[in-house]
Amino acid sequence: MITHQFDTIIVGAGGAGLMAALYASRTVSVAVISKLYPTRSHTGAALGGISAALGNEEEDHWEWHAFDTVKGGDYLTDQDAAEILAREAIDAVIELEHMGLPFDRTKEGKIAQRRFGGHTNNVTGKPVRRACHAADRTGHMILQTLYQQCIKNNVTFYDEFHVVDLIMNGDLPAGVVAVCLRDGSLHLFHAKAIVFATGGWGKCWEVTSNAHSMTGDGAAIAFRNGIPLEDMEFFQFHPTGLYPTGFLITEGARGEGGVLINGRGERFMERYAPKVKDLASRAIAIELREGRGIKGKRYVHLDLTPETVRRYKAEAGENADYYTPEYIETKLAETCDQGRTYAGIDPVTEPLPIQPTAHYAMGGIPTNVNAEVIADSDNRVIPGLYAAGECACVSVHGANRLGTNSLVDLIVFGRRAGLRAAEYSRGASFVPIPSDAGRKIESELNRIRTANGSTRPHVLRKKMQSTMQDFVGVFRNGKDLQKALDTIRELRREFATNIRIDDRGSTFNTEVLETWELGCLLELAEVTAFSALNRTESRGAHAREDYEQRDDQNWLKHTLVYRDGEEGLRVDYKPVVIMQYQPKERVY
Amino acid sequence: MEAVIRIRRFNPEKDKKPYWATYTLKDCEPTDRVLDLLHRIKWEIDGTLALRRSCAQGICGSDAMRINGRNRLACKVLLKEFGEKPKIQVEPILGLPVIKDLVVDMEPFFAHYRAVKPYLVNETPPPVGPDGRPRERLQSVEARERFDDTTKCILCAACTTSCPSFWANGAYVGPAAIVQAHRFIFDDRDQLLKERLDLLADPDGVWRCRTVYNCTPACPRGIEVTRAISEVKKAIQTGKRDF
Ligand SMILES: Cc1cc2nc3c(=O)[nH]c(=O)nc-3n(C[C@H](O)[C@H](O)[C@H](O)COP(=O)(O)OP(=O)(O)OC[C@H]3O[C@@H](n4cnc5c(N)ncnc54)[C@H](O)[C@@H]3O)c2cc1C
Ligand code: SF4
Ligand code: FES
Repeated sequence: MITHQFDTIIVGAGGAGLMAALYASRTVSVAVISKLYPTRSHTGAALGGISAALGNEEEDHWEWHAFDTVKGGDYLTDQDAAEILAREAIDAVIELEHMGLPFDRTKEGKIAQRRFGGHTNNVTGKPVRRACHAADRTGHMILQTLYQQCIKNNVTFYDEFHVVDLIMNGDLPAGVVAVCLRDGSLHLFHAKAIVFATGGWGKCWEVTSNAHSMTGDGAAIAFRNGIPLEDMEFFQFHPTGLYPTGFLITEGARGEGGVLINGRGERFMERYAPKVKDLASRAIAIELREGRGIKGKRYVHLDLTPETVRRYKAEAGENADYYTPEYIETKLAETCDQGRTYAGIDPVTEPLPIQPTAHYAMGGIPTNVNAEVIADSDNRVIPGLYAAGECACVSVHGANRLGTNSLVDLIVFGRRAGLRAAEYSRGASFVPIPSDAGRKIESELNRIRTANGSTRPHVLRKKMQSTMQDFVGVFRNGKDLQKALDTIRELRREFATNIRIDDRGSTFNTEVLETWELGCLLELAEVTAFSALNRTESRGAHAREDYEQRDDQNWLKHTLVYRDGEEGLRVDYKPVVIMQYQPKERVY
Repeated sequence: MEAVIRIRRFNPEKDKKPYWATYTLKDCEPTDRVLDLLHRIKWEIDGTLALRRSCAQGICGSDAMRINGRNRLACKVLLKEFGEKPKIQVEPILGLPVIKDLVVDMEPFFAHYRAVKPYLVNETPPPVGPDGRPRERLQSVEARERFDDTTKCILCAACTTSCPSFWANGAYVGPAAIVQAHRFIFDDRDQLLKERLDLLADPDGVWRCRTVYNCTPACPRGIEVTRAISEVKKAIQTGKRDF
């Protein structure tokens, strides 16, 4: 094993990892390790925007942003974290502008802001313009800008190095082990502080907006090293995923006037009151389950054609002359391109087929507001270990994330992680590397590389994804969840004993690493199904058919799940931080 | 439908030189992408096939490859483009050393990218609001629009590796790096104009571009690459960014 030493190691080069790197590298030696070239990270896929109460377009206050975040999270949000998010968002967005981010501008030249579901003026209850944007590629611009700044500041990168384990010495982290994709060599990175920023795990599901690489590696690695995972039952389904790929159609498409229509030609959303993602996803899921999909299939229509939109706008007494084919073409350029490229459908003339799509992990590695990883329900900190971004659970998103708040999370808590990790590195000394470090993961990788059982990993992956889709989706119930849990446990056993691999080489062996990633997904799928079965209430993105009500009496608490022995799971709880906002029923 | 796909393969641990391997896939849909076919081959037939990919939706820039002679992103090419009986040929992008199968060494490409100083430089302290907190630098809607096109770049290398000047001379910074430079040259918040223009006036800078126009049609983001290059050339000649 080749050894490297840095004060701080950052695993992941998406928005959260790069932000942490920028801040940590100001005072200590830092290396960023990423399995993808940084600019390939999935932060680049974010479309809608990043919210901050700048008040550039109309009156707004960070307190309103904080409250919307808590309410959106169905009161499972830790309110100290929500306050920090909303307050620090303002300076963070301004800082991105200073770094060069090409935000769209108002007539006065300020950062332009637009409306986004769930963001409101708390006095009038009306939507407020809070989402800052750079066309419909805000995430792309954040990722590019942060990477540019890292180059400017000479940050050290290990690109296409795949981290496969964390090294602990007793209770303290000592480093990570990574595989260099190019030649298959194993590297040990010895560090005083380690930040995980490895993103989400949408690939547990069949229909998802997530990239192939979103396999939850960091969360799985932490979990395998004795760290619990928090609130894993909460996974957001975005209502408008393109059928059949699951690619995200921006919320803006409905904002511009697009209407959802079922197989009977009904504009069914009127029967529900959808402003927040989980409610809209549920409405579509009900239509599909009750057989009102288009031609009986598993999709409904999102109709953006001028004919339809104008008709409904006219019915509502609105003038819609402006809504022309050219208007759609400019306002929803990305959506038009997606429809044409991936569904072979021109949204200007035909409705788009859509279905809910697995989108965002609210749960993850538990941290406090300083991005320090915590080990138990007493909030005991693991010194030197940090997590930020989608892989972490601060918990700022509670039971459901408000649109545009993930990008804020990356910047605000990514920065906090970088600052804290650097501060800790300056005061701490290196924890010695245990003599057997990396041995276990080395033998696991060898097992995979030489596996000659009978099941191709892809068969297991498909089975896991369809199981999660059918039984751990928008709606859940005890019977299905138990079935899912049993199936996933069977798949894990199959994975451990009977897989088959072709590539025995060391150069760019993505088959071995993809298979290792599948192991992470299976582990997280198991914890998700287990947590969902355990929580006998409905809250935010977790909708139980057999327990339809939110139950604050028993369930106003965070779930923590630990590995217990080789195969068992153990559950514990952590109180929600409640400050000024007492739980209320969510009405939209 | 049935699709026939020929892939240029090379495994440095086994093969002396690259060779073509042919795969026939049944039950393909017209809306399947070339990336879907490559995945089917990798997952169902031969796990040793190496390629890069991540987002599968044309935004990460991982999977630029030469598909039927043109540089494309495999995740953005639908089967139906090739008719009822698709025949597809896939090979690595040209001009960069092949590591394995469809994977090339991207380091020379990123070195050119870094060389053009792809970051905003502005040393003037930013404005402060009435509350004493920092505020954004102002930029007009028009000034922002001026460099919009070149902010779309995802660094996929499709343009650079379609350029005969780059094939002939790997020291040429290439279209992608010029696109990146353009993004800052035409951003009125940036203060490094002169240095940027000097950098690109280098013999291995913009003047290696012979306006062959391969790059523009290769760009999966629809960036007008050739136009960006000619605007940079003009800026070098006049010494300023025109609007
Ligand atoms: C289509 C889409 C649209 C979205 N739109 C919005 C929006 O408008 N607003 C909003 O707020 N949010 C949005 N989101 C959510 C948001 O984009 C993500 O939650 C966020 O970008 C995650 O960032 P991250 O830094 O945590 O991880 P990522 O950007 O996913 O980066 C993960 C990094 O970790 C690295 N990595 C992972 N595993 C390993 C390993 N084992 N070893 C080494 N490196 C590893 C990867 O290489 C990568 O660099 C959207 C998400 C999607 C999918
Ligand atoms: S300019 Fe276009 S083709 Fe060239 S690297 Fe950027 S996105 Fe790719
Ligand atoms: S896989 Fe991301 S661009 Fe094709």
